[in-house]
Amino acid sequence: MEATFNSIIAAAAPLIIASMGETITEKSGVINLSLEGSIRLSAMTAFAVAFWVGHALVGFVAAALVGAAIAAIIAYSSIGLKLNQIAVGFVLTLLAIDLASFLGDSFVGERGPRVPPLPIPFLSDIPFFGKVFFDQDLVVYFSFLTIAATWWFFYRTRPGLNIQGIGERPAAAFARGVNVNKLRFWYTVLGGAMVGIAGAAYSLDVKLGWRETLTLNLGWIALAMVIFGGWHPLRVALGAYMFGALQVLAFQLQDVFPGVSQVLPVAPFPLMILALVFVYSDWFSKLGDRFPRMRNLLGSEAPAGLGQVFERE
Amino acid sequence: MSLEIRDIYKHFGPVRASDGVSITIQEGSLHGILGENGAGKSTLMKILSGFYSADSGEVILNGDVLDLSSPADAIAAGIGMLHQDPLVFLPMTVLDNFALGSPGTVRLDRTEVRKELERVSSELGFEFDPSRLARSLTIGERQQLSITRLMWLGAKVLIFDEPTTGISATQRLQLFDTLRKLAEHGLIVLFVSHKLEEVEDLCDSVTVIRQGKVVYEAEMPVPAETLVEKMFGKVFVVQGREAVPLGQPVLRLANIDLKEDTTHLENLNLEVASGEVVGLAGLEGSGQRALLRACAGLLEPASGSLELDGVSLTKASYRGHLAAGVHYLPAGRLEEGLIEGISITEHLVLASDDSTFFIDWKAARKVAETEIEDYSIKGTPSSSAEDLSGGNQQRLLLSMIPDEVKLLLLEHPTRGLDVESAAYVWTRLLARRAEGTSVIFASADLDELLRYSDRIVVFFAGEVFAVRDASGTDGEELGYLIGGKERV
Ligand SMILES: Nc1ncnc2c1ncn2[C@@H]1O[C@H](COP(=O)(O)OP(=O)(O)O)[C@@H](O)[C@H]1O
Ligand SMILES: [Mg+2]
Repeated sequence: MEATFNSIIAAAAPLIIASMGETITEKSGVINLSLEGSIRLSAMTAFAVAFWVGHALVGFVAAALVGAAIAAIIAYSSIGLKLNQIAVGFVLTLLAIDLASFLGDSFVGERGPRVPPLPIPFLSDIPFFGKVFFDQDLVVYFSFLTIAATWWFFYRTRPGLNIQGIGERPAAAFARGVNVNKLRFWYTVLGGAMVGIAGAAYSLDVKLGWRETLTLNLGWIALAMVIFGGWHPLRVALGAYMFGALQVLAFQLQDVFPGVSQVLPVAPFPLMILALVFVYSDWFSKLGDRFPRMRNLLGSEAPAGLGQVFERE
Repeated sequence: MSLEIRDIYKHFGPVRASDGVSITIQEGSLHGILGENGAGKSTLMKILSGFYSADSGEVILNGDVLDLSSPADAIAAGIGMLHQDPLVFLPMTVLDNFALGSPGTVRLDRTEVRKELERVSSELGFEFDPSRLARSLTIGERQQLSITRLMWLGAKVLIFDEPTTGISATQRLQLFDTLRKLAEHGLIVLFVSHKLEEVEDLCDSVTVIRQGKVVYEAEMPVPAETLVEKMFGKVFVVQGREAVPLGQPVLRLANIDLKEDTTHLENLNLEVASGEVVGLAGLEGSGQRALLRACAGLLEPASGSLELDGVSLTKASYRGHLAAGVHYLPAGRLEEGLIEGISITEHLVLASDDSTFFIDWKAARKVAETEIEDYSIKGTPSSSAEDLSGGNQQRLLLSMIPDEVKLLLLEHPTRGLDVESAAYVWTRLLARRAEGTSVIFASADLDELLRYSDRIVVFFAGEVFAVRDASGTDGEELGYLIGGKERV
């Protein structure tokens, strides 16, 4: 039992990091649709670099740079050139996926460095919780940190309030003196760097090694998680852990019901659609009115300015 | 303290929105900026508040030339603006709306900010529940919140751009009180409006702007005629209706029952003659809209019959009505009448009943140019519908009416239009009627109803409450009838 939970938490780490990154980007009003491509290309790069250098950390840095660079292209083309974010994101996805397959071909099957386990002294001795949460490695601890930091940033800081403003109504934020387009650019790059780190977490930690199917459509799932989570970091995280749990469950049930073993691995996807239907239902959307203190957590509305280009005049 | 605007220029493409504007305003003054829609008031104010940057010109506050390259600069210099549409963040709380964009530490101490909100709002005499969502505030309350925020940030100059749009009469009185108080406290208050009476009521001095230029400056009071003349560049006589002999009955409604949403219209009988103008009066939702929509073929009567020129249209579709010579202009010009993102040329192509597969764009552009000329639309063949002002959108809609129309249906034909555009709309409609077209229009403006109708049908709670000849009634009686009472 402990081991199962421990592996759910560990396996969900890349998804958590990627969806926190995308949450930040989208909260500022930009959609980085290239997640699937970014993750694959950064996973491949991380592995290749770490393989050459012989050190996992360098791989992470390289992956963050790849993710940030792709995000910067999206940010520049949508903010600077006023191109359609969706179109650019989609093209970049396809490009990055192909690039990853092509450049990564020679690394398939190689063994590279990995992130070492790092149980936290004392904390990991706590019964059950210690084993589940604190007998992990740095990547997993980093995923915890992204959740807490994103939440704190959005709801407890001035820049965090401003980011919500530029995503919600850019003209209004601009009228208050917030530099909308500059911030949007940098939050998109920051989100992209986190997506890159998520890619590295796959090839250097969770799955080890590089092959094309390594990331299991994680990028698309992260995009869906942001929607399911109503752009709230805690709910996004909850969704990511639930998705991870379903995957582990499906995997374990394969032995129990061998007849349906083909179906189980895809079960989380239709369930995810049901979950989306649920959070967009009338009943759920009224919850926020009933518990005003939890309004942010229970709301499912996208930032109203999401995907909109802000032009001063 | 004084504010000096010196030689401001700003253009949008070919439009010179500010064309060399200079104004000087003294401290403690409530200064009106008056001009018709599209005169360039908002543009000038947005330049003052750093939202737009001017092509050239200077803004001088207290002798210092300001560098206004962003709203942040303007706020730092003490210039704050309430935009035409209050720029609040609807899903956020009052408190977060207040705090957003404020300078301070990275960590947001909401307890501290709440204290500030309470302090500043009580000084101004406002009351807020900090945890309420901005969405649930009235326009008036949103304005109060913006005023509070700008005062907290240290505004010395406050700009109000058309602040009375969409607020109730009580809220307007309250707003005017606040504005006077702010001016008494030594602020410079700029009150932007296209409504003469408001400037007369409120302001100490006035600048009239027309086509991006200052055309008149004065201390109030000034005779209203002078201001109107300056605003429009000419003396303006609103033309009444000429007696036109009525023709044969065109439209016949017999025992019509209609149901739409909460409106329920029962047993309606009405005959409209060719060349007749019938005004529909009543509170919103009393049945006028349902009647118009039924005549247009957008709402099928539950029972009864509808005939146009002896042909039954009771069960006919919208297209059937169009083919029979009915044309409907709904109130939502941009929601129901025009298509956002589509140019004037494309609208006219859509409206023509040309059914060839390929569009002759060259010819279409020619047509557009002629219509723009004919209807004096301010725009080019490639202007999008949403870029036109309300008056010009209505002109475009009028230009799209086919030549052969037996019955014209209009819902609030002049709502939100400036005086000149409104008069223009009616000149066109009356010309149609002189050609024998029947006109049915709904309006909330009693003057409009009395001035242009032959007959006025008053609706109350889903029934025709009274029918009057326009010449035999007056505003007072209509007021009673609309409220469901006979004159006492
Ligand atoms: N962002 C913009 N882009 C293009 N044209 C604009 C823009 N803002 C205003 N205009 C044009 O400038 C003129 C002045 O507009 P505005 O300042 O809004 O007038 P007012 O506030 O007096 O009604 C109008 O012709 C308007 O169409
Ligand atoms: Mg304006």
